[in-house]
Amino acid sequence: MTADLDDLAGSVLAEVRRQAGPDAQATVRAEQAALALTRFADSAIHQNVADERVTVHLQLTVDGGRTATAATTRSRPGALADLVAATLAAARLRPRDPDWPGLGTPAPPTSAGSFDPATAAASPAERAAGVAAFVEAAGGLSTAGFVQTASLTTVLADTAGRHLGGATTSAIGDGIARLTGSDGVARAMSGRLADLDCAALGARAGAKARAGVDAVPVDPGVYAVVLEPAAVTDLVAGLVSGQFNGKAVVDGTSGLRLGEQQFDPAIDLVDDPLAGVGLPFDTEGTPAGRTELVRDGVPVGLTTDRRVAAALGRTSSGHGSDVGSTWGPVAGDPALSAGDGGTVDELVAGLDRGLLVSDLWYTRAVDPKRSVWTGLTRNGVWLVENGQVMAPVSTLRFTQSYLEALAPGAVTVGSVVDPQPTRLMGPMGYNRVAVPALRLAGWNVTGNAAG
Amino acid sequence: MMSTAKEIAPFGAVPAAVDGAAFDAATAAVQAALAAGARYADARVVDRRHESMTARDGDVRTLDQTASVGLGVRALVGSSWGFAALGDPAGDADARRTGARATAIAQASAAVPGPPMELVAVPAVQGGWSSECLEDPFAVPLAEKAGLLTGVTATMRAAGVAVAEALYQAWDTRTAFVSSSGARIGQHVREVGAGMHCLTMGDGETQRRSYPAFRGQYGTRGFELVREIDLPGHADRIAAECQELLTAPQCPSGDTTLILGGEQMSLQIHESVGHAIELDRILGWEAAFAGTSWLDLSQLGSLRFGSELMNITIDPTIPGALGSFGFDDEGTPAAARDAVRDGIWVGVLAGRDSAAVAGLPYAGSVRADGWARLPMVRMTNVGLEPGPHTLEEMVAATDDGVLMEHNRSWSIDDRRLNFQFGCEIGWEIKDGERGRMLKNPSYTGIGPRFWQSLDMLGGAAPGEWRAWGTPNCGKGQPGQTGHTGHGAAPARFSGVRVGVRG
Repeated sequence: MTADLDDLAGSVLAEVRRQAGPDAQATVRAEQAALALTRFADSAIHQNVADERVTVHLQLTVDGGRTATAATTRSRPGALADLVAATLAAARLRPRDPDWPGLGTPAPPTSAGSFDPATAAASPAERAAGVAAFVEAAGGLSTAGFVQTASLTTVLADTAGRHLGGATTSAIGDGIARLTGSDGVARAMSGRLADLDCAALGARAGAKARAGVDAVPVDPGVYAVVLEPAAVTDLVAGLVSGQFNGKAVVDGTSGLRLGEQQFDPAIDLVDDPLAGVGLPFDTEGTPAGRTELVRDGVPVGLTTDRRVAAALGRTSSGHGSDVGSTWGPVAGDPALSAGDGGTVDELVAGLDRGLLVSDLWYTRAVDPKRSVWTGLTRNGVWLVENGQVMAPVSTLRFTQSYLEALAPGAVTVGSVVDPQPTRLMGPMGYNRVAVPALRLAGWNVTGNAAG
Repeated sequence: MMSTAKEIAPFGAVPAAVDGAAFDAATAAVQAALAAGARYADARVVDRRHESMTARDGDVRTLDQTASVGLGVRALVGSSWGFAALGDPAGDADARRTGARATAIAQASAAVPGPPMELVAVPAVQGGWSSECLEDPFAVPLAEKAGLLTGVTATMRAAGVAVAEALYQAWDTRTAFVSSSGARIGQHVREVGAGMHCLTMGDGETQRRSYPAFRGQYGTRGFELVREIDLPGHADRIAAECQELLTAPQCPSGDTTLILGGEQMSLQIHESVGHAIELDRILGWEAAFAGTSWLDLSQLGSLRFGSELMNITIDPTIPGALGSFGFDDEGTPAAARDAVRDGIWVGVLAGRDSAAVAGLPYAGSVRADGWARLPMVRMTNVGLEPGPHTLEEMVAATDDGVLMEHNRSWSIDDRRLNFQFGCEIGWEIKDGERGRMLKNPSYTGIGPRFWQSLDMLGGAAPGEWRAWGTPNCGKGQPGQTGHTGHGAAPARFSGVRVGVRG
């Protein structure tokens, strides 16, 4: 397929040169994407989908700053000439952008990506087998969730001479088990379907659901918490999208203090697409590599694309994306390093009084600068006293600064990293976030099921 | 009491904009799905064009045009569904392969089957529908659109804000739908929207003001919508308000009388009513992701959702509203029905399969985000009918309260009960008069308790009620973005907790 995509990208570039002349600057991306997702509810598969497409993306600049972008799923020869003609017409009509950062200098990709042929070729029967294993392992509880496999192959070529190819795959198992008002969750994400143990996920979700029956409310207030990896994922997603995002720094909405001891020294955060499920280059052709964001609790890095990097006097970190102009350049494969806090049980054992939280839900930024988010707990909360789980607690609302939750002295980092799926606008629908559990000194609970 | 259809929208012939070859591909796919063993199949060939432009601080920042063309096929084997989609099918063979693949996926689904299920019947319509479009947005010169957006952002910047952004978007969607029950339906829908916002930076804080809503107002209309909202006429005002917010006092914390503006009301309806009445959520089909609903089907027709002033309709026939269509994406003709009447819950958003499982006789609210996604239960236009009061009367009748407008943040639990919303701007209400501006207004509550405290509802003054459009409703796995409409007017609620802070 890569050869077909090479030809496609090459013919679009040739068409650009023919129609727009040698001074036009263009980046072409030819992508082949396939996504298959098997969904279940009430322990039955109720939605089961697969789609495949080739998309051509074109960014075309004339007069050193009149830029238009276009994308089409029509990739036959006549359609490509039309694509270039329409994009060229749009570019010529729009005003010149004084901040157009230009195309970068070609650099070799850091790898070919992390493509697993078996995952790309996974059948509906294999996904259904994953679902069946989850349902079976939940031991008779009602279950719901999904198994997804996806693949993405991309060729990027530009008028500066870049010609890159890469491919990646991903697989997700994600589900809940339900028992009389109590839900328990288990999730996993990898580049390879073979890495998923859906039976283990179903067993874990079932055990959590059984432990959550007859939940009672607790009063609002500040609680010490142990956040399980699913909940920590939301914290990391909030920080990488709102704080380490270079556009947020340019806009003044990030509250990050680079170079200062803003976080607990136990916090080390990187973005590492080569260890995750990302492509080896971004949509601007910048090689993707490991970006250090927090070292020993000190913010040391930002994610940037070419425009944001230029505004900050930096070089691009390789985080360009199709939605970057709106949402900014965001880490796609964030990873929080393991600490010395041990397992979730060991973190709980160190809690005098507080809450064990499985998952967070519907979190929205209330105050971007302080990274204050409000949201709810989901899929289980438990009251902990003297290091022991005492009782399940019903859904709680929190309103909490994620920056301040990780302040110096407030954090114990668990020892087991558990990669979770979350949505950071990655090209395959989900991003992989590798996180351990955390114990935090304070979490502001602002409401319960009673309001 | 049961929700009954009030009015079925008139439909006509297949619009000329829908290509005849699209019906050929859809028909071939349906035939192949049946030949492979499906007992029902339907197929959509969707050709969707999208254009968006953004400006920032006086310059055009992005101009993006996309064309997404493809085929999506649904096949039913026993009680199990399969869905397969292919971008830009090259001909009959591609269409047939995709139809057969949908059936093969349905057969795999049958490895973990649900209970037996028959689809709710729909008429096998052969016809079509087009939305009204007075001025084709794609025919408006790009230079004119750019001039509008750069002009308002330059105005806001000149007024002293830190960041000024504006955007415009348009969609042109042509759908050919064919089902094995004999339906053959063409639709041509054009949608457009625009908006602007600005940011100011204070000491450790950011304030935002937007117009007419953050990320814009949208409808199934032409460029006339953009002209009517008159962005240039509001740029100076929102820039001034955004600066004033920096020195405004904080919204106080406590229980008080709350008046919400129409734009915030549209989101309140969307989140706490629209999602709660989705039948797939009520049945548990979204339990692992979007969530469930606090509503229990055994109480349909008797449950008190809100006060007597609360009348919510499900109405895809409202001309120009963003959630309007002639047919949903499984071929059910558009019809208006009640969701809440005089405060009692009476209707749901349903599809042919979910209605059958629930024992309800109607579908009509199933929609897909393009050719590559499975049709699922979605909002159409879910909105309040206008009330008997005006905003002016509500303020005059309030001794002590807060007025809030323009959504800034939203969050609600997975049963759609406990919500917390932040707004861009608030005003103190004292002794029947609007007083000083308040920053960081927020409020929180529990859905039915909140709606039962609705004691005044606007819409009596001209222009107070309008159909707001939400172009970014996320649901489904793989993710789908829905376009929904919400009729809303200012409203007053008593005893609401405001000023929640972290």
